[in-house]
Amino acid sequence: MSAAAILLPRIASTRRRWLRRYGLATLGGAIVLAWVLAALLAPWVLPHDPTFVNVANRLKPPSATHWFGTDALGRDVLARVVYGARVSLSVGMVVVLIGALFGTLLGAIAAYARGWAEEALMRATDLVFCFPPIILAMAIAAALGIGTVNTVIAMLVVWWPKFARLARSLVITQRSLEYVEAAQSVGYGPAHILLRQIMPNAVGPLIVLVTLDLGQAILVFAGLSFLGLGVVPPTPEWGAMVAEGRELVQQWWVATFPGLAILTVVMGFNFVGDGIRDWLDPHARTR
Amino acid sequence: MPAPAEAPAPASRPEPQRNDLLLRVRDLRTWFLTDSGAVRAVDGVSFDLYAGETLGIVGESGSGKSVCAKSIMRLLDEPARIVGGSIEFRGRDLATLDDEALRRVRGREIAMIFQDPMTSLNPVLRIARQLVEAMTAHGRFTRPAARTRAIDLLRRMGVGRAEAAVDSYPHQFSGGMRQRVMLAMGFSNEPALLIADEPTTALDVTIQAQILELLRELNRDFGTAVILISHDLGVIANVCQRILVMYAGEVVEEGPPEELLSNPRHPYTWALLHAAPRIDTEATDRRLTTIDGQPPDPRAWPDGCRFRARCAFAVEKCAEHPALLPIDATRAARCWVTQAGGALHPPGRTHAQAAAPAAVQSTAPLLEVTGVTKHFSLPKEGIFAPTRMLRAVDGVSLSVRRGETVGLVGESGCGKSTLARLVTRLHEPTGGRIMFDGTDITHASQAEIRPLRRRMQMIFQDPYASLNPRMSVGEILSGPLLLHRIVPGEAAARARVAELLDLVGLPAVATSRFPHEFSGGQRQRISIARALAVGPDLVVADEPISALDVNIQAQIINLMVDLQERLGLTYLFIAHDLAVVRHICDRIVVLYLGKVMESGRASDLFTRPLHPYTQTLIAAAPVPDPRVERARRHVPMKGEPPNAVNPPSGCRFRTRCPIAQPRCAAEAPALQPGADGQLVACHFPGVL
Repeated sequence: MSAAAILLPRIASTRRRWLRRYGLATLGGAIVLAWVLAALLAPWVLPHDPTFVNVANRLKPPSATHWFGTDALGRDVLARVVYGARVSLSVGMVVVLIGALFGTLLGAIAAYARGWAEEALMRATDLVFCFPPIILAMAIAAALGIGTVNTVIAMLVVWWPKFARLARSLVITQRSLEYVEAAQSVGYGPAHILLRQIMPNAVGPLIVLVTLDLGQAILVFAGLSFLGLGVVPPTPEWGAMVAEGRELVQQWWVATFPGLAILTVVMGFNFVGDGIRDWLDPHARTR
Repeated sequence: MPAPAEAPAPASRPEPQRNDLLLRVRDLRTWFLTDSGAVRAVDGVSFDLYAGETLGIVGESGSGKSVCAKSIMRLLDEPARIVGGSIEFRGRDLATLDDEALRRVRGREIAMIFQDPMTSLNPVLRIARQLVEAMTAHGRFTRPAARTRAIDLLRRMGVGRAEAAVDSYPHQFSGGMRQRVMLAMGFSNEPALLIADEPTTALDVTIQAQILELLRELNRDFGTAVILISHDLGVIANVCQRILVMYAGEVVEEGPPEELLSNPRHPYTWALLHAAPRIDTEATDRRLTTIDGQPPDPRAWPDGCRFRARCAFAVEKCAEHPALLPIDATRAARCWVTQAGGALHPPGRTHAQAAAPAAVQSTAPLLEVTGVTKHFSLPKEGIFAPTRMLRAVDGVSLSVRRGETVGLVGESGCGKSTLARLVTRLHEPTGGRIMFDGTDITHASQAEIRPLRRRMQMIFQDPYASLNPRMSVGEILSGPLLLHRIVPGEAAARARVAELLDLVGLPAVATSRFPHEFSGGQRQRISIARALAVGPDLVVADEPISALDVNIQAQIINLMVDLQERLGLTYLFIAHDLAVVRHICDRIVVLYLGKVMESGRASDLFTRPLHPYTQTLIAAAPVPDPRVERARRHVPMKGEPPNAVNPPSGCRFRTRCPIAQPRCAAEAPALQPGADGQLVACHFPGVL
């Protein structure tokens, strides 16, 4: 066997391997990007107003003027789906980012301080984990009253603990490494060591969880809206739109298009999250 | 496979004969086919192994010795592949054998044990099950027969109370015991060949001596051929009948240990031999002979002799690649210089004048530790169980004078690392007193201790974990300077960082690089530079060289000795390698289970050890010369260190002591002075 004969097929397979590893992530990224652009540019590219009611034109099937048809009040489904992306994406990001920030900070501090602070935090997370998340969020949202802000608060209550747990385990792994002792012996204070030395080494898995969770948060918010707890009508929202269309079996387009919107966004974020996880995991990378 | 399970008949196998060729490796090439080119890890290795022979393979990390062993077992993961050569084993070519036939060879005819006994056993299965499965997998034993045999084997391997031990889980065993279990598993099918890849590297020197003795016995009693891979010439020299020295993917020298180690015929063997300090000789110069430069890039080996760029003896002809040519009936070397009759002269003394250890000028101790203790409370075993205390350090006193190097030695678990962290106040002591240059720091708060951090720094063991992977070298080194306001600003910090890098022998471009771009030895230099950044008086070095190759060890030792002379540093040097400690320390403190057993001047302690523990430790350290080794006095070290949570009554060493008397169990010996300031905690000092 000559060296060239062994090496040649490998060079050709490099691109194929890249595609196999990051192809889906790229697709997911494209989907997410498309939705973000659509949400941002909605007022300029859409011919119809999402809240314009025209009862005479109600429940019309997809056509050249209304690509996705119209709903029970004659509103344009396409416009409502695209405007719905604004609500869903921003709620998803707010819940996940604030939840991640708050949870990570608490978990990291608890892990670094050890002792009673850690114990108290872990029991608090246990308390939240006792309930099915969507039921707990429903209960809190119902108690606070209907409205986007109240739903976001309800979701935050159930959202932070998983970040606290993950951040805690990551910091515990890092703090046993010698570079932390080295930083202590150099004379750095605890805040510097935790935030400047340990955290940069622990953010990788947290970023993966954030990306995977964005889709999850959008799904939960849609679920709450479906149950009537999310947005105040007539704000367009995917979950609420699916709820409106669920009785209309003949008029399939009313529920299908917002449903597809949820599906693609959640899938897109999941693909991106998986891609980032593979990229950060050296074991998966060498394969 | 329907097996003759009822009749395990090892007797049907012919007795292995001497000079019976077992393994014939020819021009083996194992390459890692990576995206950035082929890493030619093993590149043309040939050797023979006869039945019942012990063959040692020695070399630095990256020399290809482990890959070579894994190739024989074909335990290669992508992207590694055998791209050429043959491995003939009893008439079959293992390089091309199909997977099914290979499985019958693995474990049955060739067994392998690995460096890390912590991960090579399955943690969720009982020892019995793992051993039984190893035996029944090849259909040679029924389950009950295999279980009986497993107990017999464990007993043979020196596992105490084998009937009970067989039902334990791996985590209930220490590293040495697990390695015995691995050996039992390896020998369970009476293989013709055992490959041991650094089997004692993770073990303490006393346990290493026991395992090596066991390997010798097994080779003698079972007639199993052994390939022993190690970076330690001392380990290889005392087990093996023949040694292969590997460098840059090929064998550079081959021969029996007596001759190869006393009269090396390849400059690399010569350099390896001189790079390691020896326990049987006193140092005349604290600097060691090192090999300059780095090993060549395995993606593109140089055309000529691969050692040429680092060789002190290179001549013009070395631009041509030398073959492994025989010197006499038993020896061969890959070197033009010695082929032509050239001699490898002993290393020259570069700093002959500075050799004498500088006399300690001042008598005022920089660090004084008095009766210090550290107790860790362990998790309770049950709700009503009493809290258990681990007395990691139990009443240790020592003092370090300005400008001297004090060595702290002992087996793992003796509390030496904990003591290092007490002295630097990373941990707070439970009791006792620690004085640093006249200041009591025993219970100083972290805020109070912070100004003192400038004067007392630490170097850590693991060069891979002790540098923050997300910080550039510049940030790592300038951080302490700015923190303690040693330099006025960023620009001054950069200038000082460049000076520091120069001081430890790294190029200035290192500033913008990250730790993962450096080798282990270079990282340890960065670690030293970080410790020196703040201009400390005392440097506590916690096993700074034990994770490094022999040659890199020598370079780091030389660097530390240089820095001590130039900057007047004081070292507290923690190590388990006695040869290194003897080489660079002025005074030595020997710890066992949290207590000082003996302390004194290094030269006294090694020429006239009084405590039986010190004597056994010294005897267990191997010397890379079989003739010296045979003449040395061997004091057997019995068993394993006892559990530190529940140490033996009286003298803690009595359970393993060869001269223990009833008095030792009743009464703990006090640390009492011997001659010349030597202190010893033994009722019968110097009796052994």
